[in-house]
Amino acid sequence: MAKRVLVIEDEPNIIEAISFILSRDGWTVHTHSDGETANERITATPPDLIILDVMLPGKSGFDILRDLRESPQTTDLPVLMLTARGQTRDREMAERLGVTQFMTKPFSNAEVLESVRALVRD
Amino acid sequence: MVQRQLTGSRIRERRVDLGIRQTDLANAVGISASYLNLIEHNRRRIAGKLLNDLARAMQVDPSALTEGAETALLDQLRASAARDRAAGAEVSRTEDFAGRFIGWASLVVRQDKRIDELEARVKVLTDRLAHDPQLATSLHEVISSVTSIRSAASILVSDDDIDRDWERRFHRNIYEDSQRLAEASRALVSYLDAPSEEGTASLSPQEELETYLDAQGFHLPYLEGDGAPQRAPMLRSKAASALLSDYRTRYLADAETMPLKEFSAAAIEVGHDPALLAGRFGVPLAAAMRRLATLPSESGHPAFGLVICDAAGAITLQRQVSGFGLPRAAAACPLWPLFRAFSQPMQPIRRDVQLPVESGGRFRCYAIASPAGAASFDAPATMEAVMLVRSVTPSGGPADPVGTSCRICPRSGCRARREPSILNEDAV
Repeated sequence: MAKRVLVIEDEPNIIEAISFILSRDGWTVHTHSDGETANERITATPPDLIILDVMLPGKSGFDILRDLRESPQTTDLPVLMLTARGQTRDREMAERLGVTQFMTKPFSNAEVLESVRALVRD
Repeated sequence: MVQRQLTGSRIRERRVDLGIRQTDLANAVGISASYLNLIEHNRRRIAGKLLNDLARAMQVDPSALTEGAETALLDQLRASAARDRAAGAEVSRTEDFAGRFIGWASLVVRQDKRIDELEARVKVLTDRLAHDPQLATSLHEVISSVTSIRSAASILVSDDDIDRDWERRFHRNIYEDSQRLAEASRALVSYLDAPSEEGTASLSPQEELETYLDAQGFHLPYLEGDGAPQRAPMLRSKAASALLSDYRTRYLADAETMPLKEFSAAAIEVGHDPALLAGRFGVPLAAAMRRLATLPSESGHPAFGLVICDAAGAITLQRQVSGFGLPRAAAACPLWPLFRAFSQPMQPIRRDVQLPVESGGRFRCYAIASPAGAASFDAPATMEAVMLVRSVTPSGGPADPVGTSCRICPRSGCRARREPSILNEDAV
């Protein structure tokens, strides 16, 4: 059964590109654009990996990550965080909150694919 | 004695400013020119009737020649020494230094003040760049567009058997994102490349107003006195000119209820206590605080900082003084009495606060939150808080810890912290 990736991102064209490259690699891709309801979505149908943007409408990626790590159900869920804010302090904040991997935009498709494969192993 | 020496220098400065010859002034008060020369060079004591005569002849209050300035200068020299203890300034001989080398002492104080102003400005600008919503939005838009274009272009280049529909879709996405990128780039360039004449181009209307007022020392002589007040000058932007017009209206009202000469003398008499001044002139405390911040500093008054903000915490007017300034673009530290005043409307608050700096950084703050404008049965009151700030010498007494804004505050374990500090990684 194909592994499921949930892409939480509010840029539709970025969602489309990530969805395309992951689908072609055999992943089942779900998408979500609203930060406010992201945790409910994750809890309802937990994926195998989350690709999470930082700047989201309603609730930031940092807050979503914090809630994920505080819930026993999702505390170990792999999270690949994407951000346009690549400053050291943002990376450190993400690491403090328990991110699995941190990647700055603009990323390459190969980087994303490689990271997803590495983070979710059979 | 330092006081008589400095008083002599002030007499000389005043005379020269007025363009009066030494001989003429000496004749006017019935002394010889050589004796006046000795006084002006701080070699003879002066007090009592002769001092009053000289002051009258130069149309100045005697206290302006003898009080305040010396104390202020000595305080400022001590503060300068405290700022850099490693320099090893002979603090115990401050009075001796000021008395013998008044020019050099003034230079030290002026340069120290300038350093403070520049440091405060750098902090505010740095903070503004980090928080400026327009800059953040433009950069985010640029990076998002580039990410999307890069990803879609990479798919088109590397995937030979891509479906026609997907191909069209990615071509369209690249086109749309290139449009976005062009717009975002234009916005970014126009923001960063704004004209810089007079250094006010990228300032908000409030900052433009404050730049103008700061150049006047927040004291507008053309609105003082009995004559018809002149119109306020036009500033670069219409918005700033409108704000200046509002400021002028309030200034005139304050000047009318608290005439400069009487208020200035009373302020010195009561040690610049805003509550005592409000009582004496029968005005609201906030008005007395505003008026204190407009007193000309060369008349022996300490430099007062002033901040006015609305109930949302937005700063509507600020007078920065050496070592003190709250950020406008970023959220300020909520521990300042200015913001605490909103939790106790109409209740005056007086607190000493301490900034997290190695030396100095202690201020006495007077704050009150009160309704702005006329009361109405049909609309909720609009509140504003006013805070008057005066630098005080750090002592062993209690002081509330405050910062400028979380981003540039190194304090650890602060219950009011909103975000990590860029100055101290452990400050969370």
